Amino acid sequence: MRVHNRIAYAFLAPYLLIFATFWLWPIISSFLISFQNTRVNPWRFAPSMNWGRLVSDPAFYNALYNTLIILVIQVPVMIALATVMAVLLNSPLLKARPLYRFAFFAPVVVGEVAYAAVFRLMFSADFGIINKIIGTVGFAPVSWFDNGTAAMALVIMAVTWRWAGYNAIIILAGLQSIPGDVYEAATLDRVGKVQQFFHITLPLLKPIILFCIVLSVIGTMQLFAEPFLITNRGGPGGATETLGLLLYRQGFTSLNFGYASAIAYTIAGLAVAISLLNLFFGREAK
Amino acid sequence: MRSKSRSLLMRRVALHAALTPLAIIWLFPLWMMFVFSTMSDYGIFSPDIVLWPSTGFIENFQNLQADTDFLRAMFISITVAVIYTILSVMLTSMAGWALARYHFKGRSVVIAIILGTITLPFAVVVIPQFIMVAREFKLANTWVALIVPPLFNSLGVLFMRQAFSMMPTELFDAARVEGVKEWRIFLHIALPLARPTMAALSIILFLASWNNYLWPLLINSKPGMMTAPVALGTLIGLTKVSWGGIMAGAVLLTAPILFVFIFLQRHFISGITAGAVK
Repeated sequence: MRVHNRIAYAFLAPYLLIFATFWLWPIISSFLISFQNTRVNPWRFAPSMNWGRLVSDPAFYNALYNTLIILVIQVPVMIALATVMAVLLNSPLLKARPLYRFAFFAPVVVGEVAYAAVFRLMFSADFGIINKIIGTVGFAPVSWFDNGTAAMALVIMAVTWRWAGYNAIIILAGLQSIPGDVYEAATLDRVGKVQQFFHITLPLLKPIILFCIVLSVIGTMQLFAEPFLITNRGGPGGATETLGLLLYRQGFTSLNFGYASAIAYTIAGLAVAISLLNLFFGREAK
Repeated sequence: MRSKSRSLLMRRVALHAALTPLAIIWLFPLWMMFVFSTMSDYGIFSPDIVLWPSTGFIENFQNLQADTDFLRAMFISITVAVIYTILSVMLTSMAGWALARYHFKGRSVVIAIILGTITLPFAVVVIPQFIMVAREFKLANTWVALIVPPLFNSLGVLFMRQAFSMMPTELFDAARVEGVKEWRIFLHIALPLARPTMAALSIILFLASWNNYLWPLLINSKPGMMTAPVALGTLIGLTKVSWGGIMAGAVLLTAPILFVFIFLQRHFISGITAGAVK
């Protein structure tokens, strides 16, 4: 490598320009806006207005609670499922591997709106195929959109369907980077397959699983399209309202940019804090 | 030996018995998307369980086109995705090249920015971005608004940097000795060698742009300037709307990408794993 300030920055210039305009300035600006009263024209400095409202707003606590519930249930379930998918897909005994890979990985390329539309139709209370199937097995139909708990379960199932394969791809790549002779040695020492999984595979996969968890936490913190489209704007009665949806509502329905910026900073702060916590505990246990 | 092969067979059966139901569940929504897109609304809302496609796709598409100008929206989505992908690959390869091949003042700051923003949610910039683009630049409902703000992409730079730094230095030094200019070395030697990486990155970027929902929803909400996902999203939740039509739109959004995915799976996967596995 050579020292070449001018040339290096010439190559970096367009990228850094986009960064400064559309990320750096907005990050600073967002912080400043959160201390302003944006409901008057021109905006006025009002340091405690938005943050004061945030800490006492039941709608915020509701969205925070829902988001954390999704986080605590959906992320572990999905990561466990993705690990199972990856391990089974990696088995040398598997036939028709491309077919299975397609089944699990295909949702990764499906857009939010397209899959939200299908889930909405499939889970429709009166005409949905899911309730029809539930009915033939002899159970009562579930009102997926009118029952808060069911609506929450629906959002969790939808997100899991969409993202499990994505995580399985990453975990599978991790599995394939584990050298085969580790397992050969273990097999020679008559260590069972299940034990091999818990004592060799999982510890070696840990950094990659942590990476997946961090990505999922960031995604869940700003979850928006699913409660917006599938459960109809966070319904029923706010039961699936997430922080991402609250941000949208405050910012772009009520046009209260100051309060929305405070929510945005809370989302970012929580995402960073939870990610760091994960990484910290991941290191600790090693 | 015999019992060994029998236990192997048992394990094989168990493996497929575990994976097959899971795979069927996973394929079910995609299959139903296709089936619904071929059914009349009368069929969709009948009490029967229908699992097999019918023949109403064209009619459904006509209903969709009557509900919203979906062809126009598809045209916008495709154009935006193509231009976005080209620009973004250019920006990220130039930046990746600079980080891989030169020592310069502030290099560690630039790297810190890139790594730092990977974990930063889009939520934290969306409001000022919107205020800036819509109110200050007055660019709402334009092509520029759809293409330019999402151009910042950290993973792409890391991906390209990795590709460039794996190339042998001698390759470039020989050209330098002969007095070839740096940008020519980049353009004529490095970029052609990075073609596989650029292909993988292009696919991921195209997909991201094609499926992008929140930003286009906020910035281009005027009929006639909406992207396809946004146009389709406006129909979900309306009472008087053709659901068969919505499903036809969902299939049009999904099928081309799925088709490409089948053939270029390897590129998709290396794009997705780029950030995770070094």
